[in-house]
Amino acid sequence: MSGNSTAYSIVEPSRASKRIAGTIVVLYAVLTLIPLVWIVLTSIKSPQDSISYPPKVIPWVHFEPTIEGFCNLFTTRSRQTPEYLATLPPPSGACEVQARAKNMVIVSESKYIPRFLNSVIIAFGSTALAVFLGTLAAYGFSRFRVPLKDDLLFFILSTRMMPPIAVAIPIYLMYRELGLQDTRLGMILLYTSVNVSLAVWLLKGFIDEIPREYEEAAMIDGYTRLQAFRKVVLPQAATGIAATAIFCMIFAWNEYAFAVLLTSGDAQTAPPFIPIIIGEGGQDWPAVAAGTTLFLIPILVFTVLLRKHLLRGITFGAVRK
Amino acid sequence: MNAPANPATLIDRAARATPPGLAGKMRGLSDKAIAWLFISPTIVLLLAINIFPLIWTIQLSFTSYRANRPNAPLRDVGLAHYNDILTNPDIWAAMQVTARFVIATIIIQTVLGFVLAWLIDRKFRGSGFWTTVILLPMMLSPAVVGNFWTFLYQPQIGLFNYMVAFVSGIPPSSFQMLGDVRLSPWAIVLVDSWMWTPYVMLICLAGLRSIPDYIYEAAEVDRASKWRQFWTITLPMAMPFIMLAVLFRGIENFKMFDMVNLLTGGGPGSTTEVASITLKREAFEKWRTGYSSAFAIILFVTVFGLANIYVRALNKVKAR
Repeated sequence: MSGNSTAYSIVEPSRASKRIAGTIVVLYAVLTLIPLVWIVLTSIKSPQDSISYPPKVIPWVHFEPTIEGFCNLFTTRSRQTPEYLATLPPPSGACEVQARAKNMVIVSESKYIPRFLNSVIIAFGSTALAVFLGTLAAYGFSRFRVPLKDDLLFFILSTRMMPPIAVAIPIYLMYRELGLQDTRLGMILLYTSVNVSLAVWLLKGFIDEIPREYEEAAMIDGYTRLQAFRKVVLPQAATGIAATAIFCMIFAWNEYAFAVLLTSGDAQTAPPFIPIIIGEGGQDWPAVAAGTTLFLIPILVFTVLLRKHLLRGITFGAVRK
Repeated sequence: MNAPANPATLIDRAARATPPGLAGKMRGLSDKAIAWLFISPTIVLLLAINIFPLIWTIQLSFTSYRANRPNAPLRDVGLAHYNDILTNPDIWAAMQVTARFVIATIIIQTVLGFVLAWLIDRKFRGSGFWTTVILLPMMLSPAVVGNFWTFLYQPQIGLFNYMVAFVSGIPPSSFQMLGDVRLSPWAIVLVDSWMWTPYVMLICLAGLRSIPDYIYEAAEVDRASKWRQFWTITLPMAMPFIMLAVLFRGIENFKMFDMVNLLTGGGPGSTTEVASITLKREAFEKWRTGYSSAFAIILFVTVFGLANIYVRALNKVKAR
């Protein structure tokens, strides 16, 4: 870092101010991480350890990690009499062992995996569609004289202002008529329509900042307008598109209100499912935490992969020479 | 090997680089045609999924329709639903709860988010890594997180109460974040700010990084103090971004449903019953579809009006 070869700049923050800024940011980050760390820790606790007072913090020191939470997440179990259990063959698999220890047998797989897959399909489908439509529309608004441009842009934003419950009332009736109730296609279309307004607004900002001269130069060199769009504007806007895609993805992945009101089975996503994971005698917190942990990982990976674009970008090195 | 190529193949290659058929066809498209080709799919989608349902909602709001009894005879009630809602003290209470929630979260998140972005913009060692860490909470589903925070907020076993007790010395079971009339609104504000401050931070950071170095360099040459640079360069140039963040957070939190639904469900009593919770009760529990349609329209007009005023202000700031 200090061996950076860039020329000395008079606007570079001083060493002391960097250190103070760093300390405050790290403190905030650590504080903000505590609930997330707690989710992961709870996922490897037994139900008893998860509700102990004072809280058990360090695995292998304060509590013995267990896969029970994950077992409970993926399976449904039922309690049996010891006499019946004695007649069964020895348990196979770690989760079966866990269940037997509590006088239970595994009845079936839980619905977590299908719900998770629904989330994947719906999130990717709607993000791809929203970013595709949004990029085109943003370019149109950015570069061309569109009649009623400001009104159209405001109309696009205004569709996002409806409270989801308000939208859900007619969508519920409309999907009931069209047979889109509780289908993935219905959810993809709905999430796309919500995301596309954000995509248009964010991307228009990004494309506005790409100098028109780049395209004009390309068009003088013989490119058509569409070629200039594809070969000049799109690469320049890549960071903006990536950032927009992340925002869309996060929305679709996390959406709850539409999902809980419009899906009940086949197309239900993970967010309405995770809070209703119930164990014996109330919420099974380790299983809930296990489900939450797994639910977080895909988005985490995706964000870390795009981290460089997100950070450097969201601004555009391209504007400066 | 850089042997001089046969001139004929060079021309060939140049010709192949521009496919004539495609280029010719596309050249035919005027800019106007491209503009509409690019914009119309988005408009069509929004018309189908947003505007058509909106019109339907308006129509339903004048009727006695109940979605759980689609075959019941439909009565035209005129403006009765609107009259009921606007004179109903419970609805006004819900609007007040919503307004307080929106204002509190916007102030906290904008101040905190901007300060964080401003600090991160110092590009200290490891700032990239820690920025990613700070962004984590907003990646989680508000529903899933809201649900987990009910666990953290448990009076006896919850980590939040334990930590507050550890710092302040009061017993952890002496206060209930979710069960206390005075604390429960703040319990929701806290979770919301924990989640969404990074969102504001990210947009502010983009704003700060969009300010070219040469402006600061010029200010340095003119011997403007850092304090003056902040107020005359940093803040004004980042302002459109800050206002965009405020706009989105304001709208999002006006619509807030999922986190509140899972954290408190509107309780205790109706202290955290934001408008969306009331609307859900009317529409999907009592199935008063016509009545709740009218309420939905009122909510939409409210936020539409506020946002309209706000966007005008935003454009003014941008134009400066």
